[in-house]
Amino acid sequence: MKDLGEREEEERKKALLKFSPELFEILSKLQEVELEDVDLDVGDLEIWLQPSAVSARPRVAAPSAVPKKAKPSTIIEVDFVPPVETYSGKIVEVQLGATKSEGGTRGKSVIVGGERSPAYYLFENQTPHPPVITLDVFDMKVPLAKAVKMHVEEVVGDPVAWAKLAVDKFGAQMITLHLVSIDPLLNDTPPKEAALTVEKVLQAVDVPIVVGGCGDPVKDLAVFEKVAAVAESERVLLSSITLDMDIEKSAMLAKKHGHVALAFTSMDLNHARELNRKLYEFLPREQIIMDTTTAALGYGLDYAFTVMERARLAGLMGDPELQHPLSSGTTNAWAAREAWMKMAPEWGPRELRGPIWETVTALTLMLAGVDVFMMMHPAAVKTVKDVSKKLTTGVTKGRSEQLSDWVTLKI
Amino acid sequence: MNDEGKIAMSEKASVKELSPIDVYMLLPKTNCKKCGLENCMAYATKLVNREIALELCTPLLEKQFEKAYHELWEMLKPPVKEVTIGAGDKAVKIGGKLVMYRHELAYFNPTAFAIDVTDEMPEEELVLRVKGTEGYSYTYIGKELKLNMVAVRSTSNDPEKFKTAVKKTVENTKLPLILCSFKPEVVEAGLMAAPKARPLIYAANKDNWKDMAELALMYNCPLAVFAPNDLKLLKSLAKTLRDYGVEDLVLDPGTFPNDGLADTVSNFTMIRRAACKRGDELLGFPLIGTPITAWLEKADVPEFNMWNEAYLASVLIDRYADVLIVHSTDGWVLLPTTILRQNIYTDPRKPVAVEAGLKAFGQPNENSPVMMTTNFALTYYTVASDIESSGVNCYLMVVDTEGLAVDSSVAGRKLTAEKIAETLKQFKVEEKVKHKKLIIPGKAARLSGETQELSGWEVLVGPRDSSEIPKFLQEKWQ
Repeated sequence: MKDLGEREEEERKKALLKFSPELFEILSKLQEVELEDVDLDVGDLEIWLQPSAVSARPRVAAPSAVPKKAKPSTIIEVDFVPPVETYSGKIVEVQLGATKSEGGTRGKSVIVGGERSPAYYLFENQTPHPPVITLDVFDMKVPLAKAVKMHVEEVVGDPVAWAKLAVDKFGAQMITLHLVSIDPLLNDTPPKEAALTVEKVLQAVDVPIVVGGCGDPVKDLAVFEKVAAVAESERVLLSSITLDMDIEKSAMLAKKHGHVALAFTSMDLNHARELNRKLYEFLPREQIIMDTTTAALGYGLDYAFTVMERARLAGLMGDPELQHPLSSGTTNAWAAREAWMKMAPEWGPRELRGPIWETVTALTLMLAGVDVFMMMHPAAVKTVKDVSKKLTTGVTKGRSEQLSDWVTLKI
Repeated sequence: MNDEGKIAMSEKASVKELSPIDVYMLLPKTNCKKCGLENCMAYATKLVNREIALELCTPLLEKQFEKAYHELWEMLKPPVKEVTIGAGDKAVKIGGKLVMYRHELAYFNPTAFAIDVTDEMPEEELVLRVKGTEGYSYTYIGKELKLNMVAVRSTSNDPEKFKTAVKKTVENTKLPLILCSFKPEVVEAGLMAAPKARPLIYAANKDNWKDMAELALMYNCPLAVFAPNDLKLLKSLAKTLRDYGVEDLVLDPGTFPNDGLADTVSNFTMIRRAACKRGDELLGFPLIGTPITAWLEKADVPEFNMWNEAYLASVLIDRYADVLIVHSTDGWVLLPTTILRQNIYTDPRKPVAVEAGLKAFGQPNENSPVMMTTNFALTYYTVASDIESSGVNCYLMVVDTEGLAVDSSVAGRKLTAEKIAETLKQFKVEEKVKHKKLIIPGKAARLSGETQELSGWEVLVGPRDSSEIPKFLQEKWQ
């Protein structure tokens, strides 16, 4: 829609300057968005689908018409019974962070999980706990979307200051400290030093934290060993434990020091089950959250969505190995080129395209059942928080008169 | 492992649980091969998988099999009725859903997008929006994303004005229409301006249903039924209208833009479950969502409404909407939502990997560049379409990473220097070109040194995004 786009581009530019403080204040400050990429674990995208099958639509003609009845003159009342189902399974509740009385030093702890119905089937059950959003913090300079860099420029390279900013300015409920620098192919930061960073961050902010490794199974474990000890009883989410790690050692760390394991696998439920099964040998179910990998809108989100939806349904149906809260590395949304690339004017400013990309990715996965969102852009975070609040507070707020005449709405 | 089967067992058997044997028993069982398959059992399997039409079995259409044909038709009919809006080659089919969850089979008939115009809009704006709707196009991994309909709203409630607006619209597009007004006399005026166009009438409600039903019958149009947040009324209206003789209905339980969002999600979900899992025929109709209601909220800047409309549309696509009425025409609203639609309606049975090998683009010669990527389908098609649109002559070596993208295959050690060296040998790349230079993706940069050592090829690190390949080649290739 080029003509429209061009015409509106000017107006939008003006509008960008006077965005309401609510949602768009942040966006209005953005001039340049450029994502070189974000080095997070995108993880394995394994083939989990059945091969084959061309999908041709069946073209079925209606059989001969049904005999006509007399036309009704008044509304024929029929009953509607909500199609409520009962489930034998329940998602376990997992606590993240621990307050003083719980043995840690966090100001607040967070509980996720506990679902007894598929995501937001509010006609069956309320959502016991709203999903939690944890903001990314990196321990070294990493290539970042400029949309995000704008807000964190002064703190890049200083994880302590970054964590504080995320909590104080963006109201983060949790933060994810990505220990990118421990990667042997990057800075190869020694475990002790990495653990010191974790310690400092724990002192600087009092929200529950996630500690992310670099994806190297050996190095991550070595670092988690030190981290687990300095963060004794804080119920840190260790991100992540994977099938190629020493499961026993990893699980024992979480158990001994009172942390939670993020069981991260490819988009394959059998892998997810296998990893959980291995963890159960050492770790209570209440200390496991699972992540079956997030792909960006437009770049595999359909697989991510379906695997998570299936995991949740299977857990509720009684599969004991999939009854865990789900976590999503939603920041991966920024891997989609449409999120960061400069495009022809009709596609709108990337200052808006980027965060809406992250938002749509998150909301789609929220409807699949995700409980923990690892996110990046403040505007996306705000929207996801708002929507989850609306969905969690439940039904009966939709008043029919609100919509009764929407057709004549003057825009 | 079939965990989902358990849901199905406790509820009415849905289409997915249909066994090929059940279908086979009703077929002629002559193995005549007229359908193009070896035997009736193979055909039955394809029918169950929704991969072939029932009418391809021509003997079944003969008089003697009439009963079997009707039984099969009933057996195979989707729990959500398929409804056609519009006429001619731009007509759009909505609904026709066979399953509630896409992993149970696949979703058919992608959510149709209708852009609104009004009868109080200046003519040039109306024409601009109509043309814009028809012209919208985005190429996403080799597929064209399009908008599908125009919704003409009567904001004036004046039949004459509406008639003029509909007339202007049909003069400018062949896209199907939705005629929006709760006043039958207004809708009638609109229908007179497009008598053969088979628009969707929006909408019958508890007050106007009889007149709307008459119009739907007279003009042979599908009819939307509107009962915001009242599923008992919605279902009662569906029953009444069906008994009245209107067979093609589209249900609207209301799209609440703000606090009622939970109701919207809940209502859409209940309706689809009732249809797919409980066999409720009165709720077995396509669903219409109206993200345009995001504009009911007062905001200082339109971007606020657009933003809300974008996420509302997304939530509705995820939760079973078969058609949407949208106001925003901005690319940043339509792009993520039409791509989401594409994702959700992708057949989940399709493989995620392409074959490994050496692909030629254009007419490469012995001096042409050799690039490399992985065999994850999305990665491959993205790179391929970037190369194609740039018109470069080159080779692209596709490495088998078990269907992983570049970054994840590097992280997961499925893409290694050994693997690259091995693939270069396997496809005899050195016989194709004189040079020994390999361009690897920027996201695999860390493998460059080792690959160089192991393969004996000089490694150039390419861009991190394939859209920059043309620029890269211009600057770095000879």
